[in-house]
Amino acid sequence: MEVLVFLVPMALALGLLGLGAFLWSLKSGQYDDLDGAAWRAIGHDDEIATPATASEPPQRAG
Amino acid sequence: MTETRDISHFIEHLDNGRARINLAVEGITCAACMFAIENGLAAVPDVIHARVNLTNRRVAVEWNDGKLDPVRVIDRLAELGYKAHPFDRRRAEAEEEQESRFLLRCLAVAGFAAMNIMLLSVSVWSGNVTDITPEQRDFFHWLSALIALPAAAYAGQPFFRSAIGALIDRRLNMDVPITLGVLLALGMSVVETLHHAEHAYFDSAVMLLAFLLTGRFFDQNMRRRTRAVASNLAALRAETVVKFVSAEEIREVPVAAVRPGDLVLVRPGERIAVDGVVIEGRSEIDQSLVTGETAHVPVEKGASVFAGTLNIGGTLRIRVAAAAKGTLLDEVTRLLDNAIEARSRYVRLADRAARLYAPVVHLTAFATLAGWVIAGATWHDAIITAIAVLIITCPCALGLAIPAVQVVASGALFRAGVLLNAGDAIERLAEADTIVFDKTGTLTLPEPEVVNAHDIPAEVLSRAGRLALTSRHPLAAAVARAAGAKAPVGDAVEEPGRGVRAVIDGVEVRLGRADFCRADLQAEAVRAGDPEASTIAFRMADACYVFAVRQRIRSDAPAIVARLQRQGFAVEILSGDCAAAVEHVARTLGVATFRAGVQPADKIAHIEALKRAGRKVLMVGDGLNDAPALAAADVSLSPVSATHLTQAAADGVFLGDRLTPVSNAVALARKARRLMRENLWLAVVYNLIAVPLAIAGLATPLVAALAMSGSSVLVTANALRARQPEHDPEKWVPVFGTRSCSKEKRGA
Repeated sequence: MEVLVFLVPMALALGLLGLGAFLWSLKSGQYDDLDGAAWRAIGHDDEIATPATASEPPQRAG
Repeated sequence: MTETRDISHFIEHLDNGRARINLAVEGITCAACMFAIENGLAAVPDVIHARVNLTNRRVAVEWNDGKLDPVRVIDRLAELGYKAHPFDRRRAEAEEEQESRFLLRCLAVAGFAAMNIMLLSVSVWSGNVTDITPEQRDFFHWLSALIALPAAAYAGQPFFRSAIGALIDRRLNMDVPITLGVLLALGMSVVETLHHAEHAYFDSAVMLLAFLLTGRFFDQNMRRRTRAVASNLAALRAETVVKFVSAEEIREVPVAAVRPGDLVLVRPGERIAVDGVVIEGRSEIDQSLVTGETAHVPVEKGASVFAGTLNIGGTLRIRVAAAAKGTLLDEVTRLLDNAIEARSRYVRLADRAARLYAPVVHLTAFATLAGWVIAGATWHDAIITAIAVLIITCPCALGLAIPAVQVVASGALFRAGVLLNAGDAIERLAEADTIVFDKTGTLTLPEPEVVNAHDIPAEVLSRAGRLALTSRHPLAAAVARAAGAKAPVGDAVEEPGRGVRAVIDGVEVRLGRADFCRADLQAEAVRAGDPEASTIAFRMADACYVFAVRQRIRSDAPAIVARLQRQGFAVEILSGDCAAAVEHVARTLGVATFRAGVQPADKIAHIEALKRAGRKVLMVGDGLNDAPALAAADVSLSPVSATHLTQAAADGVFLGDRLTPVSNAVALARKARRLMRENLWLAVVYNLIAVPLAIAGLATPLVAALAMSGSSVLVTANALRARQPEHDPEKWVPVFGTRSCSKEKRGA
């Protein structure tokens, strides 16, 4: 049962890592627009223009 | 005179040399709109960052401060096909966002702790029936304590604060027994762990917090979302004034940036957005939104005008005044303050339940303690059993019973086009048995309509419509709407106070007052048939026609009023308008009880009288004169076209041109209240089963965990039924929630 001495802290550390990641993502505003985020994931990369490429409107078919 | 738009009031200047503006945008319906807007704005030079929030229908734009006039951003959005308006993030909204994030953080901590402790607890429970050694069990219990104590101290804050607040106020709410239960469970578990006992309740305490925080977070989030939509609507109404910044220069500024003493210009057809005194010009104004009167009032130099009235005749220069003594606004504000002060504190169902529940539970726990001591148990065992009773009764189901229903019901109301401000409005709405409607703007549509359009040849109507587009007079606007006109006639000449004339295909056409169009006889005839209608005449060579324009009753009002009466509501009309106009509407709708020419103070008196007679009054009104009555009623709704002050006084706002949301709101609220009651009874039944077990000393942590999660799932599942109203499900027309993008909108 000595293995518990390693396993339990490891389990807790992993859990805390997850909690930390969640709190970070909350803080960085990733839950502010859930509807939008759902669509951004499947949007075309070229549609999300960056200021550098913005002077030229994106070319799209249709 | 030059005119520019000035929106500097809304710009945030950031530290890093950038400026930011938040815009509420109309017409964002789907992801395609989101990408179109972001690409379209990124193409504007100097715009650093534009991000659409699809949930809130807003855009945040950042640019290099000083390099770009933000009006260009709005113009660019207009080119893309979206109407946008700068948005003042109200402080209340920022605070709510803070609160919402805090709840989510608490929930995350409680969820993390609950899962990890449960992992350890399950090991202990299975170990207890197999081969766990006391040392291992103690080790697991201490680990649980290590997780549970800080987690509960952090995640329990919302409950602890609310409970302390309630106790300071010397009342009981649901958070008092919750706090007590959590603290006792943790305290007892620590003591038991010290004594190497078999059971510890760390998991129960933290799981309870996690469940309750879930309910609370959803409740708060729903309300926040509703409020965001309401403030978008307010922003999109774009209340601006044209202000003189010098003798010759005028600038369009938001109402919030106007100070008393400023000079503003109001052109015909514009709504007057400030209170003030006319210093130049002569006109007629439509005060229906303020007093409920549909007849127009002449104003000239020296006359007082109120925010919310509509300028009809000529251009006015107005000196902005602070609310002066003796004006209507002053009177309404005073009545409103009194009404809000006199409003008795509504005791929510949850708090009423808590008042009953807390003493019963605490007495039961005490009786258990006494019973076991008398039966010969040791003090230690008796106290442990008594605390177990408190833990098992700790109102997990009870704490979720009402918020869960509220979340689902507010979501349904939201889709039905009703945005509620107050948290307890659903319960108060469900209790209403008398509905008092204002007439103008509530039962009728706020915009006047041509009622005899079908009597006029289509050819004539379309010409009149094109001519009408050149004028800003509200009657002309009604003609233009009736004709569906798109292209105005060129070279039209407007004669202030009389009408417009132009030449189409070599024929002179005129639209305006009857004498301007030489149509007095025809106008007389129309007026004889419909004495309350306003008339506007149209002359084309020798032929002339007269349009009758009046405020039309909302299309579904007769059906809705009839349905409400069938459902047993007493329906009344209380209006500031003249008797003939009110009687006409009352007769059309089949409402027997109506009062006309009522002043704001009389409206309150009437509602107070109804309340004294034991009625629960729902007041629906839109005018400034309704605001005090809305605050005095048990519960109130106002259409989205109402004045600011009125909307603030009402418990909720309904959208659209129909009255259906009012009846849906009542039906949904009644269903929600029934489900809340059912849920409370479910919680009682759960306690009837669980408490005897606990009293008998059989409530192990495993039993507590099962009972808690089982009952929570049960009440939540029951709450989901609040999505549909009880009556006429086929008439259920959602206003929100359509996800299709109707217009073809493309960037570039």
